[in-house]
Amino acid sequence: MPFNSFRDFMSRQDVLAFAVLAVLLIVILPLTLDVMRLNQAGKFLAFGFVAIGLVLCWGYGGILSLGQGVFYGLGGYAMAMFLKLEASTPENTSIQSTPGIPDFMDWNRITELPWFWVPFESFTLSLIAIVVVPSIFAYLIGVAMFKRRVSGVYFAIITQSIAAIMTILIIGQQGFTGGVNGITDLRTLLGWDINTDFADYVLYFVCVALLFVCLFIGQFILKSKVGRVLVAMRGSEDRVRFSGYDVANFKIFVFCTGAAFAGIGGAMFTLQEGFMSPSFVGVVPSIEMVIFCAVGGRLSLVGAVYGALLVNLAKTTFGEAFPELWLFAMGLIFIGVVLGLPNGVAGLYNSYAAGPVDKVLDRLFGSENSDGLKLSQQGATS
Amino acid sequence: MNATNTDFVLAVEGLTVSFDGFRAVDDLSFYVDRNEIRVVIGPNGAGKTTVLDLICGKTAATQGSIKFMNRELTKLSEPDIVKAGVGRKFQTPSVYTDLTVFENLEISYPNSLSVFKSLMFKRDAEVIRHIEETAARIYLSELLHTQADLLSHGQKQWLEIGMLLIQKPQLLMLDEPVAGMSVAERTQTAALLREIAKEHTMIVIEHDMQFVAEIAHKVTVLHQGKILAEGSPEKVKQDPKVIEVYLGH
Ligand SMILES: Nc1ncnc2c1ncn2[C@@H]1O[C@H](COP(=O)(O)OP(=O)(O)OP(=O)(O)O)[C@@H](O)[C@H]1O
Ligand SMILES: [Mg+2]
Repeated sequence: MPFNSFRDFMSRQDVLAFAVLAVLLIVILPLTLDVMRLNQAGKFLAFGFVAIGLVLCWGYGGILSLGQGVFYGLGGYAMAMFLKLEASTPENTSIQSTPGIPDFMDWNRITELPWFWVPFESFTLSLIAIVVVPSIFAYLIGVAMFKRRVSGVYFAIITQSIAAIMTILIIGQQGFTGGVNGITDLRTLLGWDINTDFADYVLYFVCVALLFVCLFIGQFILKSKVGRVLVAMRGSEDRVRFSGYDVANFKIFVFCTGAAFAGIGGAMFTLQEGFMSPSFVGVVPSIEMVIFCAVGGRLSLVGAVYGALLVNLAKTTFGEAFPELWLFAMGLIFIGVVLGLPNGVAGLYNSYAAGPVDKVLDRLFGSENSDGLKLSQQGATS
Repeated sequence: MNATNTDFVLAVEGLTVSFDGFRAVDDLSFYVDRNEIRVVIGPNGAGKTTVLDLICGKTAATQGSIKFMNRELTKLSEPDIVKAGVGRKFQTPSVYTDLTVFENLEISYPNSLSVFKSLMFKRDAEVIRHIEETAARIYLSELLHTQADLLSHGQKQWLEIGMLLIQKPQLLMLDEPVAGMSVAERTQTAALLREIAKEHTMIVIEHDMQFVAEIAHKVTVLHQGKILAEGSPEKVKQDPKVIEVYLGH
């Protein structure tokens, strides 16, 4: 363990933030929402994974990716491909001209399972693919971009183009991907029906558990020296480079981590939604993901989860009533947050509530700084 | 060009860089001895900063050779040049303003520079001792846990020097280290640099002639990418060419 004490890993405020989120997600939401709404919250949380990854890449690494939907899609499709193959047993598909392959392949006159579908017959390989495929793809992009010192706006535009290309590919290659409809009609996971109320509950809790795993991994990264090197890079990349660090490797690392998180989120989305389609992959969803992160506060892991919940809530309530206005509303939210609340909801908390909360904690548990020098954080995480 | 091996810490020979045809550094050769403080002076735009950029790998040379302890640097990447033992302070103080003085020094502490080692890096007693020792040398002991943003301009310059010191480079290159410092701070810095020279070799770029005279063993005057004069501070000060292009105004 790289930490001298638990305090170096999580400050009191961090513990509080994690605990409050845990109570909200594990106790309050399941007790107050009906199963349909809870399932919806679970899908919002699936986007929370992406937002957490963006805190690492964008908030700390300074890498604005407008293509996180690609990694979300890769994870989501990996899961969907496994579920689709499980649903496409020869018995279930006996009316097809080629039984045993997914229905959309049959409609497109494909007579044999394409090679890249074969690994997804295995559950283990599929689980590995959910994390590894997005990471490898991010690694390739990262090496190509960061080693050449492409950054800032150029990187954002390139990732956005990749998201656009990915959608075009998926829609165009209907026979291999299910096209614009996506991969639908998913039924069971290892024989377990995923479309029951009970399954919705279970999947929600699995989603929350994995979300916390990602939160802890993120916390570990940010509180390790990597987190401080990222903060340092944001201020003066050259200084870091001339202290002997290969700056590109740090960017690649957080970018891959963000991609892996997005992949897990995508897979959890597929499970809870019951299908995966290109509408969650392209440019618009990728930009939405950045907005989740911005609203939550791009320097706060926990904030990112709230950002995903809040914006998605607004999207379903407001967006369902006025679908044509939603894109404008979203644009306004983004501009508003960038101009008025650069550190999002978490920034609001830090400005107004953190001080009083600290006083209360001081009264309850004694002063945090009393036990010797506080060597960590300060400015590195807030 | 193939330089021969020498006893010099740094041997620069025939170094040239051309930016779209403009030769910012033009067929430059100079040699720096062990534990020497070499000061480079010259008018604005003479190419002083560019020479440091070339040595530390920030800019690629068009021609010529840079041998550091007989190792060719022109072919190494920036982090490898750092690992070979070359440290560099930038003209505008570059410290990490969001981090504390302690954290600034910690990041500069060598070893564990890879991502994995940084993930597992532990702030052990050895690290803390090094950081505290370095902070004491750069007059920042009292400010270890202050955010670097809150330091004065001069203190930021010291901090960046400290960030180099903790790397223990054989060669330190300082670009205008006393710019923006008060007279008292300049005196302290001169003392610090003389102290550092006991263990390290230094190239210092400076404009303040009084400060130059205080620290320099040898001065190189650069003008339009070429050497105009070289020698002891006294000799250079009296050189008519130097007076004309640099000291005269
Ligand atoms: N990357 C670059 N591309 C093009 N021109 C450059 C580049 N770097 C430096 N130059 C030019 O090279 C010349 C030398 O610049 P340099 O910064 O080395 O001067 P200097 O001696 O450090 O001056 P000062 O005393 O103002 O710091 C200048 O004319 C500058 O415009
Ligand atoms: Mg300069």
